Amino acid sequence: MRLISRTMLLAAALTLPLAATVQGQSDTPYERHLNARQGYMDVLAFNIGTLGGMARGNIDYDAEAAQTAADNLAAMSGVNTRPFWPEGSDNAALGDATRALPAIWEDPEGFGEAWMAYRTAASDMAEAAGGGLDALRGAMGPLGSSCGSCHEDFRQSDD
Amino acid sequence: MRFLRIVLALAVIGVGAGLWLTAPQVIEAADLPDHDPDPAHGEQVFIAAGCASCHAAEEAEGEARLILSGGRAFASDFGTFYAPNVSMNSEHGIGDWSEAEFLTAIRHGVSPGGQHYYPAFPYTTYARAGIADLRDLWAYMQTLPADATPSRAHDVGFPFSIRRALGGWKLLFSDDDWVMQGADLSPQVMRGRYLVEALGHCGECHTPRNALGALDHGNWLSGAPNPSGDGRIPGITPDALGWSADDIANYLNDGFTPEFDSAGGSMVEVIANTSQLPAEDRTAIAAYLRALPASE
Ligand code: HEC
Ligand code: HEC
Ligand code: HEC
Repeated sequence: MRLISRTMLLAAALTLPLAATVQGQSDTPYERHLNARQGYMDVLAFNIGTLGGMARGNIDYDAEAAQTAADNLAAMSGVNTRPFWPEGSDNAALGDATRALPAIWEDPEGFGEAWMAYRTAASDMAEAAGGGLDALRGAMGPLGSSCGSCHEDFRQSDD
Repeated sequence: MRFLRIVLALAVIGVGAGLWLTAPQVIEAADLPDHDPDPAHGEQVFIAAGCASCHAAEEAEGEARLILSGGRAFASDFGTFYAPNVSMNSEHGIGDWSEAEFLTAIRHGVSPGGQHYYPAFPYTTYARAGIADLRDLWAYMQTLPADATPSRAHDVGFPFSIRRALGGWKLLFSDDDWVMQGADLSPQVMRGRYLVEALGHCGECHTPRNALGALDHGNWLSGAPNPSGDGRIPGITPDALGWSADDIANYLNDGFTPEFDSAGGSMVEVIANTSQLPAEDRTAIAAYLRALPASE
């Protein structure tokens, strides 16, 4: 009982101020959080697009553009995104607005490890991207897998 | 209600078909022609058929995917199935099986003891695979490490716990004709068809099932509910997907959609396999998907 009420209070204290500011804007109290984390992911996809486009041979290799994209990814991987993922903002609670699975909060350790794997792969890419197409291609596999293995366990599949 | 219907249906099929009809089909060693096995080619078959995705331990990566200790769980409407140990350990794996027993299991879904396997083991797909390919696969599997992890019992209730009832199911739904028919398919599309329909078991996830759990060939690859309960598995017919052949081949290699979102869910395991195939095979799969009819 004590534990429950403490956790609930804590949860309320954490979410109330934020919830209050978005009241009336949407039917989920977490719209800003969802925008923040989905926007964050879209920035990753944008930069991966440059590197992946070169790796696929769709765009010509350009050391400077590759380095910029890789530096962006490495910088993004240093952002502490924890505030974007409040407890209760999973897709079981919020429905279609998010694809974040409850597993994120059930297995915080696994989620944390997935972030670390991505951070390592992004910094390896920042070392490699400016050093020629082969180096870029070599770093692309681990970086892509780091996105994929988190989406495998923590993001819902959908049409 | 639905459960009752299924039970009734199974009972009717079982009785109506007569037990002799539901008796397992078997491949005998004497039926097999001489064959010079090629384990290196067998490795390609192993990758394309995705055996490791089910029979390697959960989260296994790299070399560990070659230890076929089993243990992965598959939820279905009929209960939870666990992939068994199929390593070369003679006690817990299939180390003491003959080649003919292996071929019978893969193509007909029948165990050395004469029992029917559950279709969670995609033998209805592998029934279309070439015997020579499967014999090379067997030769390759001999080279993989033995592992002594005991297989886990399935968690399925009555009447699905009666393996004999599966004979009726098989009679109704085992069909080794190609889903994509046509006399004028290009060699590339035919190769893609082989990879998708005989080895890749793409249909096992991307095609909806009927009330008895059989794939609905009329809605081939048009998308399906996710058996894990999370969302839907997308359709991959040209209209549902809207991707070029290059987009598809690249996705099967690097895991990125045309927008450079990264694939997730159970597709990640599939891409771990397709990314190891020769590039021509990915291109062939893409050509096949582009040649599918529209879903609606
Ligand atoms: C640690 C886990 C994790 C990592 C690493 C990760 N993602 Fe995500 N990603 C998610 C989750 C969870 C969502 C669903 C967010 C939501 O819907 O609220 C998501 C969503 C997305 C989306 C959809 C965003 C939208 O607009 O709905 C894209 C695109 C994406 N990720 C790309 C990437 C790329 C590219 C990488 C690698 C550079 C990556 N992600 C790495 C967890 C991760
Ligand atoms: C174990 C189940 C499973 C199997 C087997 C499977 N897929 Fe998938 N596939 C999925 C899931 C789940 C997704 C959604 C991925 C996501 O969440 O990002 C998907 C996505 C895709 C997509 C992208 C669709 C989109 O709109 O983003 C393509 C293309 C695809 N699969 C092709 C194939 C092919 C070809 C095969 C056979 C070689 C195959 N799949 C086998 C589960 C499967
Ligand atoms: C989608 C998951 C899946 C894939 C892919 C798969 N299997 Fe299985 N397999 C199973 C399950 C589940 C069973 C148990 C069936 C039963 O007990 O009725 C099984 C059973 C078997 C058996 C019988 C083992 C025994 O002890 O009787 C063999 C042999 C086997 N699989 C080999 C393979 C090979 C070789 C491949 C690749 C060509 C493969 N499997 C691909 C899920 C899979």
